[in-house]
Amino acid sequence: MLCQFCKVKEATVHVTEIADNKVKKVDACAACAKEKNYNDPTAFALADHLLGLGASQKMEEASEAVGAVSCDQCGYTQADFKKSGRLGCARCYEVFSEGLDSVLKTMHKDVRHRGKVPAALQKVLKSSQLLNRLTKELQDAIQREDFETAARLRDEIKAAKAVA
Amino acid sequence: MSVLDFLIPPSEASRRNGPHDVIVLSSRVRLARNLRTVPFPSHSKKADRMKAFEALMPVVRSLPLMGPDAFSESMDKLPALEKQILVERHLISREHAAKNAGSGLVFNREESVCVMVNEEDHLRMQALRPGLQLRQAWMTIDSVDSALQERVEFAFAERYGFLTACPTNLGTGIRVSAMLHLPGLVLAEQINQIIQAVNKLGLAVRGLYGEGTEALGNIFQVSNQMTLGESENDIVERINKVLLQIIEHEQNARHAQLEKKPAVLLNHIGRAYGILGNAWSISSKEAMNLLSFMRLGVDLGLFRDMPKSQVDELFLRSQPAHLQLAHPLRDKLASDERDLFRAEMLRQSTSSFPRPDPSLIRPPGGPTEGPAAA
Repeated sequence: MLCQFCKVKEATVHVTEIADNKVKKVDACAACAKEKNYNDPTAFALADHLLGLGASQKMEEASEAVGAVSCDQCGYTQADFKKSGRLGCARCYEVFSEGLDSVLKTMHKDVRHRGKVPAALQKVLKSSQLLNRLTKELQDAIQREDFETAARLRDEIKAAKAVA
Repeated sequence: MSVLDFLIPPSEASRRNGPHDVIVLSSRVRLARNLRTVPFPSHSKKADRMKAFEALMPVVRSLPLMGPDAFSESMDKLPALEKQILVERHLISREHAAKNAGSGLVFNREESVCVMVNEEDHLRMQALRPGLQLRQAWMTIDSVDSALQERVEFAFAERYGFLTACPTNLGTGIRVSAMLHLPGLVLAEQINQIIQAVNKLGLAVRGLYGEGTEALGNIFQVSNQMTLGESENDIVERINKVLLQIIEHEQNARHAQLEKKPAVLLNHIGRAYGILGNAWSISSKEAMNLLSFMRLGVDLGLFRDMPKSQVDELFLRSQPAHLQLAHPLRDKLASDERDLFRAEMLRQSTSSFPRPDPSLIRPPGGPTEGPAAA
């Protein structure tokens, strides 16, 4: 089969495009395909290259699981994420967080940060972690009707909140 | 001032030494950071990139570790050849060399701390050290990071840690790496086993210029891939341990070659000496592979009173941009002419080298080895 554009070289790139519910087939030689930008499959290969084999599939699954279509702060879209394997801004990590964990799991040791914390945040984080733990213990105590412990925990929470 | 006047000349740069520098050429720790309120550089508009650039350049420039006379410049002010020189010095990435207005570079006199502004992230900052000094490099860049945090607010989430443009750098944003010279393992055909074992430990093995580059001159770069779920210290210690094991394997491989197949070893080194001294055209790939054997020869004591810095200097001066810089035509020098010019430079430089003398040979891992990494 000859290339439909130059009609000289053998067509080696075959693309089936679905746009506006219409199927369009393209048969082109490598040079024309490059010129007309019919090399979209590389978008997936790029994510594979960056994140290790199989990552692009995970990424696709993840971006499908993501509810939001685009980031309200920087306008980054699911498609951008899928194509580049990168995010647009700090806010994107919240917007696209659903489904992100499965991607992170394939590339990291764990999905929770265990390293350095900015000094300014350290105090705040410590007290919020303490509050979370105490609140959970309080609920447990109430559940088992251990009101003595519950009263003590209530005072501790009050004290912790006063410090924060 | 041109960056060329600022850079340490190759003869001096190659004389820097550190622990285990017979095998570990250099250690590096890099951190990725972003501003909380500005979109990441790859996605942001020019105005946002300029905002980050204007906010970060003066702050980075005034870091105490940068000293009073740091080099600080916008990337569009650097000619292509000078950018390439910086890549060959491992001060900037190939990606950063492609950047222009809105991206910047700051590094100190000693070339031990280097910060790229608006690469893939707002900040890519690295500490470089000769030999195996990962802990020291981490301590240096950790203090740079802490000093910056007093002046600017970084994107950070309790759950994910420091936020980066690519999720592969998320969390600590750390990349710990060392450049290793492993001719023994290559000759013994054990290098693939080592690479596989290292990969299984979650570490990447790459060529001389990082991602996607070939392992020229038997030089390999080992680095961590995972940045989330483990502390910086744990990552540094883990790689340090692996590197000490690779060093031992390389020494053993050199020992075994020397004992079992000394003729093969001497043949490689002798041929390298012969070709470098007599060739009229050498590609950079061939030059690096030959210089690798020369360095092995120096490590084994084959060349009387010759320091390895002399070979390391040639290694740097054989790189394409360094070679172009030394030629009157500069970047107009075509690649085949470059090969002729490279051969000329190598012929002249090696003419003063002593001939390899097998009677001088000393076993690897002997008194030439540096002190253990602190």
